[in-house]
Amino acid sequence: MTLVAEEVRIDVPVSGAPRRSVLTRLVARLGNGVVQVVLALVAVFWLVPVFGLLIASLRDESANTANGWWTVFTKPAELTLANYAELVANQAVWQSFLNTFYIAVPATVLVVVLASLASYALAWIEFPGRETLTVVVVGLLVMPIQVALIPVAKLFGALGLFGTITGVVLFHVAFGLPFAIFLLRNFFTGIPRDLIEAARMDGATEWVIFKRVILPVAKPAIASLTIFQFLWVWNDLLVALVFADQDSAPITVALRAQLRQFGTNIDMLSTGAFLSMVVPLAVFLVFQKYFVQGVLAGSTK
Amino acid sequence: MRLRPNVDAAPGRSPRQAIPFLLPALVLLAALVLYPLVFSLIRSFFDASGDEFVGLRNYVDTFTDPRTLTAFRNNVIWVVVAPAAVTGIGLILAVLTERIRWATAFRLVLFMPMAISLFASGIIFRLVYDEAPNQGVVNAVVVGVHDMFSPASQYPGARPRDGYAATEAGFASIRPAQAGDTISLPLIGYSPQDVPPQALPASPPAAGTGELRGVLWLDVSLGGRAGAVDPTERGLPGIAVEAVRDGQVVARTTTGDDGRFTFPDLGAGGVTVRLPAENFTLPFRGLTWLGASLITPVIISSWIWIMTGFAITFIAAGLSAIPRDALEAARVDGATEWQVFKRVTIPLLSPVLLVVFVTLVINVLKIFELVFVIAPGSVQSEANVLALQMWQVSFGTGGDQGAGSALAVILFLLVAPAMLFNIRRFRRERS
Repeated sequence: MTLVAEEVRIDVPVSGAPRRSVLTRLVARLGNGVVQVVLALVAVFWLVPVFGLLIASLRDESANTANGWWTVFTKPAELTLANYAELVANQAVWQSFLNTFYIAVPATVLVVVLASLASYALAWIEFPGRETLTVVVVGLLVMPIQVALIPVAKLFGALGLFGTITGVVLFHVAFGLPFAIFLLRNFFTGIPRDLIEAARMDGATEWVIFKRVILPVAKPAIASLTIFQFLWVWNDLLVALVFADQDSAPITVALRAQLRQFGTNIDMLSTGAFLSMVVPLAVFLVFQKYFVQGVLAGSTK
Repeated sequence: MRLRPNVDAAPGRSPRQAIPFLLPALVLLAALVLYPLVFSLIRSFFDASGDEFVGLRNYVDTFTDPRTLTAFRNNVIWVVVAPAAVTGIGLILAVLTERIRWATAFRLVLFMPMAISLFASGIIFRLVYDEAPNQGVVNAVVVGVHDMFSPASQYPGARPRDGYAATEAGFASIRPAQAGDTISLPLIGYSPQDVPPQALPASPPAAGTGELRGVLWLDVSLGGRAGAVDPTERGLPGIAVEAVRDGQVVARTTTGDDGRFTFPDLGAGGVTVRLPAENFTLPFRGLTWLGASLITPVIISSWIWIMTGFAITFIAAGLSAIPRDALEAARVDGATEWQVFKRVTIPLLSPVLLVVFVTLVINVLKIFELVFVIAPGSVQSEANVLALQMWQVSFGTGGDQGAGSALAVILFLLVAPAMLFNIRRFRRERS
């Protein structure tokens, strides 16, 4: 599925008497103005909550307790980076920020590598049961992770993986695979057969075809998958809540602990929340095209 | 796996070559997804310790536990309201964005919440719906609008020191007064700092024949005498005072800057002096959004904020795939824009809308973080949903993995129709 970003303008056909057409055009133009205003308001409506959080994170505790973030328009001098300095100085929060990378990067790399390999086999190598396997993968797309929490916790306990970053990563990889395979397999099957057959005629091994033919062509799909999977893991709370301990906790889990500790102390909470959002927002703004495509393709997840 | 001899001359036709490509992924899927599914199913028939087979008891307990039933009820509300709302809003906005030049920017803004964690979104909406009107923007707006139509009282929380009974209409004197009396009415429960600047020092008026006079002042000063007018104490201007006889208000006046008030023509007989309640009503503080009654709608609204961008983008992609010819043909036939939308666009778009809707339903069934973060601890049981209840029962306060497994299986069964929907769609697209 590709996102078509080009604009489609609806032109009211000019027909009938000229007087009517002028009127129709006037109404259309007026209506268009209303649409512009409404959509602008909707966009503002969508931005205000995030903007409020950002401002709250940039004001100290006394300012936040005294009045709302919107007073920043009259008192811009209240803005300060003190909350961020304090949060980053907090060893537990800083460690959790790093942990989020230690979890998200390997979980993303592993999913991309394992899913590319499996997708190649499902798309281009004939073997018995291929059809069934593909259908199983499609079925697993919507599997709720709750189903696996208790059994995998037991399994990790027995293997000594419970409470470790490795355990969290492995769980994310397993539950990221169905979507990843689904997305890449769809893309791989779209690659012209001639390309692969020609390589086979030349005596290329499957590994060489995968590396030299498939991967270079599949770059956009792999980019979408990478962005999607990275954000998915980065934003996770539930998996880490169950499988990580205090030392391996990512930022969402650490902030959740702060939430219980601080209660409604919005200056620290908003700062922590915004810190956790910085990476996803940056990734989103830089790679938005790939991310949107990934989400659309992975809508079933 | 059935192994065939390599019948094809072409290399790469051997099924055996698939094994190294597939094995790593399959091992992980089998160990961490498929095996757990079977394990959870079996585990759900055993008790909390896992030693004793209890048959269906975990399921029976689940369907009789009030907390779980609340979670079920909320899940039903979610499924009925949220996906339809997002699909509808998404459709309207997707159609409207076709009319503007900055459609890409608009979709980008609305898509942005998808990039951030549900946890962070939860914090965002905790702030948005904060109860205090000087913290939460929603209550700030609600209070602002409310005060525009019904202004706040001047002396919230102030009350007479003694001798007055609190009634629905206000503070009424216990003993009746009549013309010729002077009333000394000390108020407390209000900060001297909040007294209006025009207030003058209070002094009791002299008695006047035929008139009921009095002074109303703030009886709060350091080292002052209770119930007596001290030099630093000021009168309270602008307070309404009523004289009531037989339940009827016979006269009404307002205190001056020195706190004095006068009823000139009361006639014969005693009256009750009453200070109407509207003088002292506490300021309107907005709605308790994060309280028990509004918590689920509030969380749903935050989910709408998150998911609408997805719906718009998906539906917009579907809209652009509609052949322009079909729309033009309808317009040439004289159809209005609304008719074109209803008769041509919607039917052609319905497969896309169905996919969006099903996707949203799956998403809703797995709702966990938003409830976990937005609902304060005290109302979490009221906002509970199955996915959260499963975590609570298994890992939170419950610690009962038998019951937790039963909930996991129920969750799986609820998602199973979507699984079949996906498989059927996949099969159809291939053929």
